[in-house]
Amino acid sequence: MGNIKIQIKGVEKTFTSIKGDKYQALAKISMDIYDGEFVCLLGPSGCGKTTLLNLIAGFEMPSSGEVLIDGKAVERPDPRHITLFQNPNLFPWRTVLGNVRYGLEMNGMSKDERNKTALEYIRIVGLERFINNHPHELSGGMQQRAAIARALAVDPDIIFMDEPFGALDAMTRMNMQEEVSRIWQERNKTIVFVTHDINESVYLADRVVVMTPHPGRIKNIIPVNLDRPRDRTGYRFDEIRNQIYNEFYYAKEEELCLLTQEGRAVQNLS
Amino acid sequence: MRTPKIKGEKYLFPVVVLIIFLLFWQGISVSGRYTEDQLPGPVSVLKGFVEIWKQGVVFEHIIASFKRLGIAYALGVSAAIPLGLIFGWYGRLYLAIEPFIHVLRPISPIAWFPLAVLWFKIGDPPAIFIIFLSVFFPVLLSTIAAVRNVPSAYIKTARNFGSTEMDILLKVVIPASFPYITVGLHIALGLGWINLVAGEMLGAQSGLGFLIIDSRNFLRTDLIICGMLLVGFFGLLLDRIMRLLEKRVHKTWGFQPGVD
Repeated sequence: MGNIKIQIKGVEKTFTSIKGDKYQALAKISMDIYDGEFVCLLGPSGCGKTTLLNLIAGFEMPSSGEVLIDGKAVERPDPRHITLFQNPNLFPWRTVLGNVRYGLEMNGMSKDERNKTALEYIRIVGLERFINNHPHELSGGMQQRAAIARALAVDPDIIFMDEPFGALDAMTRMNMQEEVSRIWQERNKTIVFVTHDINESVYLADRVVVMTPHPGRIKNIIPVNLDRPRDRTGYRFDEIRNQIYNEFYYAKEEELCLLTQEGRAVQNLS
Repeated sequence: MRTPKIKGEKYLFPVVVLIIFLLFWQGISVSGRYTEDQLPGPVSVLKGFVEIWKQGVVFEHIIASFKRLGIAYALGVSAAIPLGLIFGWYGRLYLAIEPFIHVLRPISPIAWFPLAVLWFKIGDPPAIFIIFLSVFFPVLLSTIAAVRNVPSAYIKTARNFGSTEMDILLKVVIPASFPYITVGLHIALGLGWINLVAGEMLGAQSGLGFLIIDSRNFLRTDLIICGMLLVGFFGLLLDRIMRLLEKRVHKTWGFQPGVD
């Protein structure tokens, strides 16, 4: 494995509502992510996976602990780490080309260079026929491709993806997964990918971080040692998927156990 | 929306309604209930229109009105949009200024008449001031609302790409709020035109509002109605032009009001 790219050191996150109620979204979490690694944060809603991503990406600050990228503490979002969301967040007033060019306008490239670079990345995601279309003229999958091109165009070290294919239909979703897997192999980026889809995580990740809720924490980290492009129907694929499924299943059992114990405790008190 | 079943029904039905209305109006005017001075029929109004048409004065009135509207609208818009951007972008400033705006806004431009005359005497300036007021507030409020409603996800994305505050304002906030601002521009043009007539009653010597007041002084009811209908007709024309522009902007932006 390569060098450590991201260090998550004892990170906790507690949200306080306006009324003053405290809600612990993340219990103490520590892990390292390596340079060029594809990591999936997997778990049900409420397990804190998006919160953890927001902390790593610098959109939010941890309540305690710290996140280091290349050894430096993360304090704010950085153009070297681009985040993709479930909503592609393309700018509706710009064409596909204009959108992909947006990030390049910030780093002092000449106009010709910007267009050239943008076109190059539009080609990588296969949207060259749509460079002059506006986002609302594209399908959801195409919009997400354009967003991927916009992210890649600024040549970031890390791409954070927060359920980027959550709103797409199953077939488009699989296509996009194949595309991302291919791009990741070609470009050698570090990718942190949030999902609640076990299949997606097994298809994409080098390591799957299984997270459970109340409060959000890491249940287990499961390596996926399968060759790419991966065979979704293969025996090993199934095996790993079942292994992850069991993690959740037992997590649920444990939680139920805990709840019943609490219930008994309450009964004994009264 | 329902698709038209008869070819040309978009024009046919309004024309039918218009003809029924004109017949009804002519019927009442010849019924003898009202004198010609109280309610001239459409035929008399048309005759009156031909009369001022031949004299050529009607064009001068129309041009004078549009000139005032143009000046006041340009002033109102160029004051309201920058202020709206500032108040919308700086949330605290908006909180400070919001009650103040909402105290001024419900005051009808007509209530400003006395002050308008005291400050700007008579003639063009008070009329322009009145129209300015009726344009300023709708554009200001729609710009503020537009800026405040720019999806935070756009700003989050722009920040992620390393945009400075100035970049975000120029490249994200202004274009993102533009479709909403056009809605305000549309409403404001209509309101400006409505209040133009009122403004031109403050001692202006030309314009459609003046035509109405002047005709009243001579008890030319036909010309009063003629002036009113001209105001209505050009109001419709302005509205249609704005609607076309708005449609174009919204098409480019992929924006449908109330749907996004």
